[in-house]
Amino acid sequence: MNKMQQRLLHPSKATRQDRFGKTISLICIGFIMILTVSIIGFIAIHGLATFFENHVSVMQFIFSSNWNPGQLGKNGQPQVGAFAMIVASFAVTLLAAILATPFAIAVALYMTELAPKRGAKMLQPVIELLVGIPSVVYGFIGLVVIVPAIRSVFGGTGFGILAGSIVLFVMILPTITSLTIDSLQQVPDHYRKASLALGATKWQTIYKVILRAALPGILTAIVFGMARAFGEALAVQMVIGNAALTPTSLTSPTATLTSQLTSQMGDTIMGTLPNNALWSLALVLLIMSVIFNLLIKVVGKRGEMKK
Amino acid sequence: MTTNETVITTKDVRLYYGEHEALHGINLDFQKSQITALIGPSGCGKSTYLRCLNRMNDLIHDVTITGSFKIDGHDIYRPQQDVVSLRKKVGMVFQQPNPFPFSVYDNVAYGLRVQGIKDKKIISQKVEESLKQAAVWDEVKDDLTKNALSFSGGQQQRICIARLLAVKPDVILLDEPTSALDPISSAKIEEMLLQIKDQYTIIIVTHSMQQASRISDKTAFMLNGDLVEYGDTKKIFLNPEQEATSDYLNGKFG
Repeated sequence: MNKMQQRLLHPSKATRQDRFGKTISLICIGFIMILTVSIIGFIAIHGLATFFENHVSVMQFIFSSNWNPGQLGKNGQPQVGAFAMIVASFAVTLLAAILATPFAIAVALYMTELAPKRGAKMLQPVIELLVGIPSVVYGFIGLVVIVPAIRSVFGGTGFGILAGSIVLFVMILPTITSLTIDSLQQVPDHYRKASLALGATKWQTIYKVILRAALPGILTAIVFGMARAFGEALAVQMVIGNAALTPTSLTSPTATLTSQLTSQMGDTIMGTLPNNALWSLALVLLIMSVIFNLLIKVVGKRGEMKK
Repeated sequence: MTTNETVITTKDVRLYYGEHEALHGINLDFQKSQITALIGPSGCGKSTYLRCLNRMNDLIHDVTITGSFKIDGHDIYRPQQDVVSLRKKVGMVFQQPNPFPFSVYDNVAYGLRVQGIKDKKIISQKVEESLKQAAVWDEVKDDLTKNALSFSGGQQQRICIARLLAVKPDVILLDEPTSALDPISSAKIEEMLLQIKDQYTIIIVTHSMQQASRISDKTAFMLNGDLVEYGDTKKIFLNPEQEATSDYLNGKFG
């Protein structure tokens, strides 16, 4: 007995390997989870310190546009109002998405519906190239080309939301385009056939069936693009003007949450209010990215139900 | 039997996938108010032939078609033929039910809206009429706003047929419309086809010989891209002229 018994009662080599592999992946997952939680915790502790230790009110932080954390205001309160940055961040993000979406959809349609072979051959490398260009290069081009162009057309300094949006438009275009292509390609071919067989033209098929069926995917693509635009720091910082002022027009210098962070973080001392205030900006960014993620989940789920 | 006018005439139809000849000169005529069944083993070219009639083969790359196709006396492959208007006249039902991921109502209304009909009253009326004709009205009338994909396969297929009937085609091509369905759903579709056949010219590709014998007036048997035999369904099934036909009908090969 017993060899047979022994063999049956002891885990085989395959079982042991299985367990080993499982353990390794669990350890890796655990590590990443701890990392994520600690990043969130770290940002939250420092970001919330502005409110709990320095007693800045949340309302003031969100709705006041006085940003000068190093000094006390007339009322003896520290001047930590992020309104300008919040507005500017949302403005560049929305504007960039509004600019990029029609182009992205047009390019994606061309590549999937109108000229799948030629389109993919020509445009795929272009899109990949756009993704690969470092953001500092985008910022530099923006600084050298777009800012002077805006200056000569609209006057002023040329720095501001418009310049930021144009730079971001080019940066998020490939993101939105490639995700839109994915969602168009997921539209089953029999929808196209059914529509054409009913005597619909190609164009009717595209906008009445394909775009409608792909809508959740396209919305997800846009939200992804917006998340990227919202979080982009360097390129925006180079063209936005970096003045913590509420934007009065599309061409007035301002600052976004990210550009304020990158331009100021070297000038503050850890543990002081000015430093904590920057952490609070980071906290707002983090919260927004969580919101964007949730939005993507919600939109994506709705799409699944439809399919 | 009444004499029926011939609606579709095809002569010497040859179709090539690249260099490969898939149909070797097929001559077939179809009459109004009749159901014609195309039978034959898989890969014999019956679906390929069917797709020639509404030019769905145009969508497949590298297909060459020769021969003559006349519907109501007009050559449907003539250069000035508008494919879109051809497909309005010659509708198609596919093997897999393929409703759009919209509501039942929007599905059936699709063809009308594509034609530019905006009057909601007319659309509603036609939607109801078509769903009734397709024998699915009783099952969906309370759920017209529900997604068509949430219904069973058999119901989806009848919704697709209703979607087609709404655009009032002259010819209906059915490409194995019941092969993905259960027997009860299939029976409902067969019964429905018999009820509407007076107003249409119906051509059905089917793998089920029982189906062909139950519903069709004429049957064409195809084999390896050739038309072997064509005639009244009764005659083909009871007294076929060709040996290949009787072998196939008796299940000697499939």
